[in-house]
Amino acid sequence: MEVFLQQLINGLTLGSIYGLIAIGYTMVFGIIGMVNFAHGDVFMVSAFIGLICVLLLTTVLGMSSIFLILAITLVVAMVFTGLVSWAIERVAYRPLRGSFRLAPMISAIGMSILLSNFVQVAQGPRNKPLPPMVPDVFVVMERNGYEVTLAYKQIIIMVVTATLLAGFWWLVQKTSLGRAQRACEQDRKMAALLGVNVDLTISLTFVIGAALAAVAGVMYLMYYGVVNFADGFVPGVKAFTAAVLGGIGSLPGAVLGGLLIGLIETLWSAYFSIEYKDVAAFSILVVTLIFLPQGLLGRPEVEKV
Amino acid sequence: MVHPPVADIPPGSLPSGSVPQVDVPANGLPALAPLPPAVPRQGSVVGSAVTDAVVSGLLTGLLLLPLVGFRATESGSGPLGLTYRFGLVAVFAGIVAVLRLVLNLTVWRRGRKVKTSEGPSAFATLALKAAPALRPAFFSFAIAYPFLAILLSGGLSPSRYWVDLGIYVLTYVMLGWGLNIVVGLAGLLDLGYVAFYAVGAYTFALLSTSVPVNDFFAGHLGEGFWTAWSFWLCLPVSGILAAFWGVILGFPVLRLRGDYLAIVTLAFGEIIRLVLINWVSLTNGGAGISSIPPISFFGVPFNATDEGFAAKYGLDFDSMHRIIFLYFVILALAALTALVTIRLRQMPVGRAWEALREDEIACRSLGINTTLTKLTAFATGAMFGGFAGAFFAVRVRFVSPESFTFMESAVILAIVVLGGMGSQMGVAGAAILLIGGMEMLRNLSFLKADFLFGPDFDPSLYRMLIFGFAMVAVMVWRPRGLVSSRLPTIFLKERKAVSSALVKEGHG
Amino acid sequence: MASLDPVAGARAPILAVDHLSMRFGGLIAVNDVSFVAARGEVTAVIGPNGAGKTTVFNCITGFYKPSAGRLALFHGGAATPDELDAVTASGLSWGRTGAGALYLLERLPDHKVASWARVARTFQNIRLFSGMTVLENLLVAQHMSLTSAGLLNPAALLNLPSWKRQQKGAMDKALYWLDQIGLMERADDPAGDLPYGDQRRLEIARAMCTNPVLLCLDEPAAGLNPRESAALNELLLSIRRDHDTSILLIEHDMSVVMEISDHVVVLEYGCKIADGTPQEVRTDPKVIASYLGVEEDEAAVVEAEVGA
Ligand SMILES: Nc1ncnc2c1ncn2[C@@H]1O[C@H](COP(=O)(O)OP(=O)(O)OP(=O)(O)O)[C@@H](O)[C@H]1O
Ligand SMILES: [Mg+2]
Repeated sequence: MEVFLQQLINGLTLGSIYGLIAIGYTMVFGIIGMVNFAHGDVFMVSAFIGLICVLLLTTVLGMSSIFLILAITLVVAMVFTGLVSWAIERVAYRPLRGSFRLAPMISAIGMSILLSNFVQVAQGPRNKPLPPMVPDVFVVMERNGYEVTLAYKQIIIMVVTATLLAGFWWLVQKTSLGRAQRACEQDRKMAALLGVNVDLTISLTFVIGAALAAVAGVMYLMYYGVVNFADGFVPGVKAFTAAVLGGIGSLPGAVLGGLLIGLIETLWSAYFSIEYKDVAAFSILVVTLIFLPQGLLGRPEVEKV
Repeated sequence: MVHPPVADIPPGSLPSGSVPQVDVPANGLPALAPLPPAVPRQGSVVGSAVTDAVVSGLLTGLLLLPLVGFRATESGSGPLGLTYRFGLVAVFAGIVAVLRLVLNLTVWRRGRKVKTSEGPSAFATLALKAAPALRPAFFSFAIAYPFLAILLSGGLSPSRYWVDLGIYVLTYVMLGWGLNIVVGLAGLLDLGYVAFYAVGAYTFALLSTSVPVNDFFAGHLGEGFWTAWSFWLCLPVSGILAAFWGVILGFPVLRLRGDYLAIVTLAFGEIIRLVLINWVSLTNGGAGISSIPPISFFGVPFNATDEGFAAKYGLDFDSMHRIIFLYFVILALAALTALVTIRLRQMPVGRAWEALREDEIACRSLGINTTLTKLTAFATGAMFGGFAGAFFAVRVRFVSPESFTFMESAVILAIVVLGGMGSQMGVAGAAILLIGGMEMLRNLSFLKADFLFGPDFDPSLYRMLIFGFAMVAVMVWRPRGLVSSRLPTIFLKERKAVSSALVKEGHG
Repeated sequence: MASLDPVAGARAPILAVDHLSMRFGGLIAVNDVSFVAARGEVTAVIGPNGAGKTTVFNCITGFYKPSAGRLALFHGGAATPDELDAVTASGLSWGRTGAGALYLLERLPDHKVASWARVARTFQNIRLFSGMTVLENLLVAQHMSLTSAGLLNPAALLNLPSWKRQQKGAMDKALYWLDQIGLMERADDPAGDLPYGDQRRLEIARAMCTNPVLLCLDEPAAGLNPRESAALNELLLSIRRDHDTSILLIEHDMSVVMEISDHVVVLEYGCKIADGTPQEVRTDPKVIASYLGVEEDEAAVVEAEVGA
């Protein structure tokens, strides 16, 4: 029971991170029908940008207020990662829009290779550790000498995630941007004829997705305290799994899927085998796609003849 | 509408690669009322070109600032420190700005006709004209290649590098041709092709070395059962097992459409790799399986003994004999792949593959069992992947999960797409270009010279960076690959290439 | 179960549609429709946009699983009601009958409707293999007859003489149909390059290459000019005359319907409102009111309602 509770807490934390990344996948897929393979690496880049920013604030500027550091880092990472993602869309995907279906996918794979190797070259191949930023924990309950703890950083992750998701939800539900996005999802040509700036809408979709991935990146950095240039691929695939599990194209689905994947992964590690935790995640992806291709909250696809 | 800063950036102000000043809004619709193209005055052209260059330069600088401008450096065991490289950022930004300016003033001049990709391209026409001669020429060259290498490099031993390179490239040509059946012909997007390569490689590695596997067979089929099994016996087993896995994996997933199929195959590829890493008792985990027996000349070993190849055929022993033999083995395997594919394309099943890529619903209305047809494509492709895997194991004589990462699948897929899906010569060309090119990038050691980057510089790091960049650039440049037209499988009077505009890419 | 409809008169039925219903969520696209198509005849299904015609076709050809109803197809000759009930009760998708065989199409997947029951179809939006040549399109259609020895037939792989003979037969058939539709000159052009009217005819020829007993054509004359339309009529009449193939036809063009069909079924909002010879249907007051007599502006209203 205690172990389960502890894993629940850990799983939800991890799941928040996956959910934030998954939104980027799901939004881009919804609007241009493409799996943005580079998104995982955008997440990794954002963690590095966060790392540089934290180092700059602490070692150079000598700041000590953790909350200020985190807040500034979040904003900086979101802005720069958004810029990176915007540039990627502009350079590697937009020229291929409306052409051959595989072309943007290959381009995205190329982008993913480019990004991770760029970071490797620019920042070196070794793990980059940070001293623990928010080390405190508080004990939720204790029984038979087993303490169920909730770290402050976990609370931060959940609160930040929830706040940003609420803001994001407002953005896509209540603003004209959200309306433009939905219009583009339905029919891009028609939306353009009705005066929606399709290019801008798609660009903003990439920027927003990247900004949320940047939040995930900074949270990841704070949570694990270490980042490596190769850290984009596996979280990326897991977040994609989350998007698919929740129903690709569905925003609440992405968050739900993220939480589920996070939970499954931690529970699997705790109760079965830690070696096979990635196998579990991939297997869930396969099983979902085979038995529930529309995902938990997605709309089923009808084949029109 | 929210107006973030990005909206203010003029179109076409990007670091590189973007298509500038297309007089069609990028949403693909022609402008409703196109203004007559005013002849711009010289001043404004230069002015806007300069502005554009400056903006691109600044953007590049901004993009590179966090991760190039700063570097988190390790100092012993202490915490990370920061080093600054603003000069480098400025250099890159400057390069982009100047490049952009030059391009703006020359190639990208406003009013220049934008090239449309209608009709067969120059490549396609060329390929069609040369097609009958190209195949024999390619194969004759491939056969002559090791001898040319020996002649030109002046001896057996010095030619080693070139023959090895040939083997390496041909392996990818074969893998490309194998995957081409799945992706190019049947239109099924497979991102986990490396799984079958791994199945082939591990099949041979396990059959030839693994104690548990041999014990199992010895226990059931008699002590002497395994001793005589060589590469030549294991090769078909590898292919069959890979095809079998293709069927097992394909059966549940082939109902899925395009992107989903891609993701599921990616996941399967990763699962197989993770199992190889974690099933230590069978596969020796991440450490891999080493000391795989070398290839023999149909039973005659390549060694210096009296029983060896050299002694038997009256040659002086040279380790290159084995390498050259390996070259011809992979050439034969690749040729087999090509021939079988050519033959299959002219059979009902091959036609059904292509029809499936064109329109699955129409296929079903004609009574074609699409699941079964997809499965054959998947299994056939997997089989050739398995052959290539067995060859890989016998060549390198060491297998480990490291060799079968997603990157490998991505590279093979890139070869197929870059070659132009469906075209064998295109795929071969792309393999030579991509793999040969990547190898060439290994030889960047001149950059280590003191006046360039210094001896600490590790050029091999830049290999994958350049590779990724090339993948993006090539896709943007030729989204349908080098040879995008399709050659019909049969004709009544005249064989005419089908332009890429008509050929579909498949949805499943 | 309703017995075979008497409208078909003395002629043996080839297809009996019994109480067919198809629901999409809350929408009832086809509502309890029954009719019979007779062997050797051209049966037309007409009705305003959105009436459910294409949906009936999709049910017959196995692309949709009907929500309810029975679709019986007869090979050889009509089955007796007893035989029909026996197969229905057996739970199998087909059974032998005194006259030949009987298939329950609603129990077959789409490709088996084509390969076993031998029902071929064309599509409202043309579905050719546009990147393959005209000749290749016709050869793909003969897939089933050429793969009886398995998909990876060794004789074919090695190009043995027995295979070459089979191949020649397939080629001859393709050439026969090319000749019938007058596209011999364009055999080596990609199908996607053909003008619209030629594409329509090629799609019909492709369907005929599967040796169907029943050919379902979804608006074959749509978008054709009068000359092409006339050529199409001729093609359909020659199919009925020279081949053992019955035709089921959806058509908006009344001139085509009146000219070539023997029997007309009228649908409206998913329900059958009339069934009979062209003359009977033409004078049926319900049909006149609901379909033939709808004025231009009213038609627009109907279309808007249906969401066409
Ligand atoms: N797959 C589907 N999912 C949901 N609704 C469908 C589907 N297929 C058809 N419908 C609906 O069923 C109704 C009948 O459509 P159908 O295509 O059969 O009409 P039709 O008579 O062929 O019309 P038309 O003359 O325009 O071709 C329509 O309202 C249509 O929207
Ligand atoms: Mg219709």
